[in-house]
Amino acid sequence: MSARTRAAKPPAAPPLSKRPVPVIFERGAPGRVGYSLPPSDVPEAPLDEIIPTAHRRARPAALPEVSELDIVRHYTALGRRNYSIDEGFYPLGSCTMKYNPKINEDVARQAGFARLHPYQPEELVQGALQVLWELEHDLAEISGMDRVTFQPAAGAHGELTALLMISKYFEDRGEHRTTVVVPDSAHGTNPASAAIAGFEVVEVKSDRRGNIDLEALKTALTPQVAVLMLTNPNTLGLFEEQILEVARAVHNVGAQLYLDGANFNAILGVTRPGDQGFDVMHFNLHKTFTTPHGGGGPGAGAVGVRSHLVPYLPVPTIERDGQRFTFDYARPKSIGKIRAFYGNFGNLVRAYTYIRSMGPDGLRQAAETAVLNANYVLSRLRDHYDLPYDRVCKHEFVLSGRRQRDAHHVTTKDIAKRLLDYGFHSPTIYFPLIVEEAIMIEPTETESIQTLDQFIDAMTAIAGEAETNPDLVRGAPYETPVTRLDDVAAARKPVLRWRP
Amino acid sequence: MKYIPATPSERTRMLRSIGVRAIDDLFNDIPKELRLRGPLDLPPAMPDPDLLAHARRLAGRNADCDRLISFLGAGAYDHFVPSTVAHLALKPEFLTAYTPYQAEIMQGELQAIFEYQTLMCELTGMDVANASMYDGASALGEAARMAADLTTRTRIVVSTAVHPEYRQVLRTFTSHLRVTVDDLATTGGITDPAAAREAMTDETAALIIQSPNFFGCLEDGEALAKAAHDRGALLVVAVADPISLGLVRAPGEYDADIVTGEGQALGNALNFGGPYLGMIATREAFVRRLPGRLVGRTVDTEGRPGYVLTLQTREQHIRRARATSNICTNESLNALVAAVYLSTLGRQGIQHVAELNARKAHYAKQRIAALRGYRVAFEAPTFNEFVVRCPVSPEEINRRLLEHQILGGLPLGRFYPDFADGWLLCVTESRTRDEIDQLVGYLEALQ
Repeated sequence: MSARTRAAKPPAAPPLSKRPVPVIFERGAPGRVGYSLPPSDVPEAPLDEIIPTAHRRARPAALPEVSELDIVRHYTALGRRNYSIDEGFYPLGSCTMKYNPKINEDVARQAGFARLHPYQPEELVQGALQVLWELEHDLAEISGMDRVTFQPAAGAHGELTALLMISKYFEDRGEHRTTVVVPDSAHGTNPASAAIAGFEVVEVKSDRRGNIDLEALKTALTPQVAVLMLTNPNTLGLFEEQILEVARAVHNVGAQLYLDGANFNAILGVTRPGDQGFDVMHFNLHKTFTTPHGGGGPGAGAVGVRSHLVPYLPVPTIERDGQRFTFDYARPKSIGKIRAFYGNFGNLVRAYTYIRSMGPDGLRQAAETAVLNANYVLSRLRDHYDLPYDRVCKHEFVLSGRRQRDAHHVTTKDIAKRLLDYGFHSPTIYFPLIVEEAIMIEPTETESIQTLDQFIDAMTAIAGEAETNPDLVRGAPYETPVTRLDDVAAARKPVLRWRP
Repeated sequence: MKYIPATPSERTRMLRSIGVRAIDDLFNDIPKELRLRGPLDLPPAMPDPDLLAHARRLAGRNADCDRLISFLGAGAYDHFVPSTVAHLALKPEFLTAYTPYQAEIMQGELQAIFEYQTLMCELTGMDVANASMYDGASALGEAARMAADLTTRTRIVVSTAVHPEYRQVLRTFTSHLRVTVDDLATTGGITDPAAAREAMTDETAALIIQSPNFFGCLEDGEALAKAAHDRGALLVVAVADPISLGLVRAPGEYDADIVTGEGQALGNALNFGGPYLGMIATREAFVRRLPGRLVGRTVDTEGRPGYVLTLQTREQHIRRARATSNICTNESLNALVAAVYLSTLGRQGIQHVAELNARKAHYAKQRIAALRGYRVAFEAPTFNEFVVRCPVSPEEINRRLLEHQILGGLPLGRFYPDFADGWLLCVTESRTRDEIDQLVGYLEALQ
């Protein structure tokens, strides 16, 4: 989808992507099959002898009855009704939608990685263990942490893992700390993870420059505080300028400093969380290290720690003994297991491939270009939308649609929907919560200036439309497979599965 | 750098537009003492041909299941994957898409998830399923929390025939809550309903079982559901290999309250343990306590059918500290794989493949049982896994089998120290009679 503009006249017949696609259950016909499997080659015993009737399904699962071509056409039609990185620009703040290199997929899909059983003996998986061991050391170097676990399946899972480790650390020290502090700009996962790990959540406001308010933080830092969870650069796209003072204040009360690594892409090779005073952090490998988002996952939420937290890492860790790599389960202080097996290995291979293809200079160049692109878009949009925090940004920045809302009754949601007509995915909207009508834009380093200019032109045009033809923006989108959907009806009477 | 399009002259143009002289000026907000002075200590960038050769060497140091004849299961299954799966679920339109927050341009993904939810409901016999969890173990952890929430009770009883790693994760997930987890010993490889009744109190939120369980045995779901319900507790059922549900009773048919499972078997690669797919399904009445993403069907302003993420007030980005779960990124692509797999097999195929698993495993079980010194550990019916007691240590047997490129079963002593002669074998449809006969032949020769 290259930049679409609103067609002057609707086309005579709806384009393919506008035709509803029947669900797979409505395709096919009774008795039709799409698979090919051999008959059983072992001597036939009556099924009742193998699994007695009492243990057998009363009613077969009503799965589709389709041919292979039925399925191929179905998913091809669904794919046409999707938007993806391979198709166009995703300026989605805090989600870091950069290009997913194809070589990563080729490497990860080799049978030597994809066809390994997790319980194979160590001597049969030395290559896999070497990938894990090297990736751990790469991430430790990039972050300034001492060790890294790969078991969490996603960033939020990593947050939970880290908080459980911190709990155990304090428990070992005989300290009972009950509180997690988060800034008011925090991702929703931070308070949710804290609550699920059994902590109370205290929010601290941000100051006028978009940093965490140092005085408010000091007030919040009671002896009950276990940890401050901070995103840096934060969700406003701003580097916490007083990070060293923040770290000092946190450590002064004996608490731990946690980095939500969602925005790590902005600082690769430029500065390291470990050097900033962070004790523990998670990495979103799908954001920073180019593993594909897959429509919402799988991700990988590796957690890095400084040495004092190493004993609490989930089991197993991966150790090197000369040329041999081994699993270490004998870790008495470990929090245990957070997931079966060893994490989302396939994604770890992709991240490893990316780091090897970039090298130290490439990673730094990625961060620099991400920041350059963000500041470029910011510099060209600042006159068209409100800019609540006027500073050099890192890899993303937050605008406000307040002006459009107040003067023309055009909301940020309207602007986001109108952008779809121009062929772009929308930015993140209404987050962070501290910015009214927030529009959070993150271009990433893999987008060219030509794409950025087209996006800037679209955003500028929409600001103009909001003034001259607000109804047009309010009714958007028009060019998409469906127009605005009724969320309220969907939630009031949920239809969560197909029924004949 | 081929992933970064900006040329030097474009950089200059952009810097001028921003109004700064050099890239470094964009990093002035980072305190000087925190800025790295030299490059990171990492290996230098590798050009593609070198990188591919390097990756091939690493992959070559592993013995994969194309090179071995695998009888290893225990939570990860070597099933045949139809070609449709890789070609469709891994299309870039799905692979490189984001979470479908902008519904109007993500109808393909949303409909695919809606279909996945339907397939999960059909397979498990439950009313609602979510869009996926991290893996089978964490899905069980979430189910335990959900049960504690729903019942406002504080104890969980879990059968020791539930996958040992799942039980470890369950403990980690509940360690910091006011929830205690009690293990329930098994009798003859299955959970005894009378013992379960005994183990539960008025404070028991859930009885957790797995079926087929870690020993491959099918549990008496009906009696266990009744035992749990009589105590006011919920029955949570983890499914070891969901392909079993092509043949064996769906947990919904025996009144389970929450069903979880590991969906890897449904078309996902072994991947050395991940990414996998956590399944969770429940009753309609519990939907508002269900963790994770849900897709619902609705209409657009012109009355056309469409799909949206719904009931989002349960989720962390809306409800924050009061969310039902902190899950944000899930395993959408693996769910899509499962949907393509199940649609490809269809109504007949799922029964066919389940039957192949049961028949081949049964054949292997019978043949091994006939060998001198070996005996089947449990009498309960099994699906595609079973435990045998061995005359020689299972570790030793596995070492000898490897000489013939056979990956033997899991020595149970790893998880059950007083079961050191226990060997958990898995036989899927991928194993031929010839391969099973080879295994039996080597076992015979080994004595």
